[in-house]
Amino acid sequence: METILEMRNITKTFPGVKALNNVNLDVRKGEIHALVGENGAGKSTLMKVLSGVYPHGSYEGEIIYNGQEQHFRDIADSERQGIIIIHQELALVPLLSIAENIFLGNEPAKFGVIDWHVAENRTRELLAKVGLKEDPLTLITNLGVGKQQLVEIAKALSKEVELLILDEPTASLNEKDSDALLALLLEFKAHGISSILISHKLNEVGKVADRITVLRDGATIETLDKKDISEDRIVTSMVGRQLADRFPQREPDIGEVVFEVKDWVVHHHIHSDRTVINGINLSVRKGEVVGIAGLMGAGRTEFAMSVFGKAYGRKISGEVFLKGKKVDVSTIGKAIDNGIAYVTEDRKTFGLNLIDHIKHNTTIVNLAGVSQNGVLDDMAELKVANEYRRKTNIRSSSIYQKTGNLSGGNQQKVVLSKWLFANPDLLILDEPTRGIDVGAKYEIYTIINQLVSEGKSVLMISSEMPELLGVCDRIYVMNQGRLVGEMPASEASQEKIMRAIIRAEGKAS
Amino acid sequence: MTVETAATQGKKDFKTDGSALKGNYREYGLVLALILIMVFFQFTTNGVLFRPVNLTNLVLQNSYIIIMALGMLLVIVAGHIDLSVGSVSGFIGGLAAVMMVRWQIHYIPATILCLAMGGAIGAAQGYWIAYHKIPSFIVTLAGMLVFRGLALWLLGGQSVGPFPPQFQLLSSGFIPDVFGYPGFNITSMLIGIILVALMIYFSVRGRAKREKHGYEGEPFALFVAKNLIIAGIVLFLAYLLSSYKGLPNVLIVMSLLIALFVFVTKRMTVGRRIYAMGGNEKAAKLSGIKTERLTFLTFVNMGVLAALAGLIFAARLNTATPKAGLGFELDVIAAVFIGGASAMGGVGQVMGAVIGAFIMGVMNNGMSIMGVNIDWQQVIKGLVLLAAVIFDVYNKNKA
Repeated sequence: METILEMRNITKTFPGVKALNNVNLDVRKGEIHALVGENGAGKSTLMKVLSGVYPHGSYEGEIIYNGQEQHFRDIADSERQGIIIIHQELALVPLLSIAENIFLGNEPAKFGVIDWHVAENRTRELLAKVGLKEDPLTLITNLGVGKQQLVEIAKALSKEVELLILDEPTASLNEKDSDALLALLLEFKAHGISSILISHKLNEVGKVADRITVLRDGATIETLDKKDISEDRIVTSMVGRQLADRFPQREPDIGEVVFEVKDWVVHHHIHSDRTVINGINLSVRKGEVVGIAGLMGAGRTEFAMSVFGKAYGRKISGEVFLKGKKVDVSTIGKAIDNGIAYVTEDRKTFGLNLIDHIKHNTTIVNLAGVSQNGVLDDMAELKVANEYRRKTNIRSSSIYQKTGNLSGGNQQKVVLSKWLFANPDLLILDEPTRGIDVGAKYEIYTIINQLVSEGKSVLMISSEMPELLGVCDRIYVMNQGRLVGEMPASEASQEKIMRAIIRAEGKAS
Repeated sequence: MTVETAATQGKKDFKTDGSALKGNYREYGLVLALILIMVFFQFTTNGVLFRPVNLTNLVLQNSYIIIMALGMLLVIVAGHIDLSVGSVSGFIGGLAAVMMVRWQIHYIPATILCLAMGGAIGAAQGYWIAYHKIPSFIVTLAGMLVFRGLALWLLGGQSVGPFPPQFQLLSSGFIPDVFGYPGFNITSMLIGIILVALMIYFSVRGRAKREKHGYEGEPFALFVAKNLIIAGIVLFLAYLLSSYKGLPNVLIVMSLLIALFVFVTKRMTVGRRIYAMGGNEKAAKLSGIKTERLTFLTFVNMGVLAALAGLIFAARLNTATPKAGLGFELDVIAAVFIGGASAMGGVGQVMGAVIGAFIMGVMNNGMSIMGVNIDWQQVIKGLVLLAAVIFDVYNKNKA
């Protein structure tokens, strides 16, 4: 098979850091080439070099594309050659329509006057290609994340793509949407389009990739052929050592019921006649990790946030008990005072003050713990911040590093730190390992184990079933705002969980 | 995953904190800019700028802008803006005149009522901004029109004055000299010396406390140099002011307020919460911070300070005019942005805003003495504002 892209000895240095060190990557025509590695391994930097974000001259090494050496000056330059990159954070304008977004900056126009008729027709063709059944005039804001991702791909197709780069395309998609997207990649492959797929989800990499290149610490470790691909093999190569087990062991020491929710009902925060959570009863014991499984949109986040001081929803009814006592969780402040913590699934939007440093983020929930009569004790705060930085193993230059400059895993540890310092009895963790690498995941699991061994309780929402099976003691299954299953982790399996969901779906329809 | 030993981790805690120093460099840079501007005008005005009488005027002329900048800093850090402060201060000045001159109310209850009125105005605007999520730009733009109109209506389009002499002292008074030495206010000089002594005491104590806990502060030489320079500047200015009439009353009020707001923003939980809210309101809310109430209180505070500024301005002119406070909001907002605050919220320092206000004030004063036309003064001030913000953004992108 002929080679479409060859990146030779790419070295990129930032002041003080060698982000890429003699990295080599070759992609064949019409293959799906996966790029894996821990956060900070250099995947995104390499793709930025390729797409011209870092222009020719700012790095060493050469890029040979379609047999010719390329000197990309900017993204427009690489796009002209058919290299299109779709970033993890989608770059769509929410209040414009699908058609407007697809042709943004590339409008079919004569003398600056846009021919919307042509735009809509072409949009329709493109949407058919990616299998999205939506009207071209639908606003982006009315689409789910999965569909938005498809619009991004349709946009890429509108530009005569030869090499498609997808950065974590399925990070925020549920299983069904992920599968659809992967199927789409296979279809493109059949049409001769090459793709570079950056992903943390090794199972899907295994499913679609023809070859895998592993990066670690800015260097190419190896390129594996399809026949050699196994999850264990990739993980070992990524972290540079054998991860004996992806989940740390723990001897469960489970006590009495700490947290109990009865007859919890929540209505949609805008359409208050729509029931989002419909009569949920659940309990968590002391020292127990309880998981909530379910598809995207099952209502798990909505449930957690409504319990946490009515941070979501309207017309909420039901009762919450902590240690056998009925408690008032009508505001976030009261929920925190009663010993509940909610660690958000979206750390950048809801978890951190990204322009401030680790120290200030660590203490913000429990300022009372580092102050007297409203006056902060600088020394106490320093001590706390350093203590939690060590406890959760945050890798940063100091506690004065801005959280916006940390990697995803380390950001997650800061969010955890701030809630740990609030010293809650129950921690609700919403997708605690989303978008972070294998090593950091392991560290988060270790922290969870540490917590429950100290007698705290954890309620964990996750869309990654192996994670739920590996970490939890007991698992609830949620579907369309109801609990449709409950099983001890020892008896649970992915099939069992999926079956519970599918059975419930069948009943609902 | 590299495993760090406990020893290297421990050392890291005590490392000089680079980013905090970097933050300070900006403040030092701002002070340096102010000093350079003052030296520049000292030359171009042939030494008029640093004359005791002119220095006194500089304080009197800028006190109300600085006082409002304190409130505006909190508003801007919280992620909002207040365009109404000029109109509100004008309206309150008018209200004070009507109460004291027309109705003959004693100046103390009248002052208290005026400050309460300012708070109520801030509350009225803050209510819509905080609890109904109406953009502050729009609410306070409306307030700007409403209170300018009300000021005109209240005064019937005329100037009202003069104020009772005791009230005038708020702006034109100096602290009395108990020693009575002719030509030099010894009390004022003593206050300056005591202030410097206190300042040095606190900064030495703070440093000792840090070292006791094993945290390394800035290098010793820098620490000494910084304290000496600040002490020198304070003593120099106190000496100059003392050789005229002494420290103006309004300077005392202003200094106490500056100290209070520095303390609130740097050392108090409520200040920390305002920065957290400005940095990421959603995250702050989910951290249990009552963001609505905090926003509301920020505007109440702004209203009270605008009222105080209005009183000081009226007392200074000894008359309330319908045009009082016109355009003040622009000077105040400019001062806060020159001082390094971010229009996105979450970033900004009280001392920055104060120095920003002084930079604007010195330029006004210096250019007026030089005889630069008012039209060109505006152009230059506008360009300085733009340059300061461009400088900030450029530095941020580089970092």
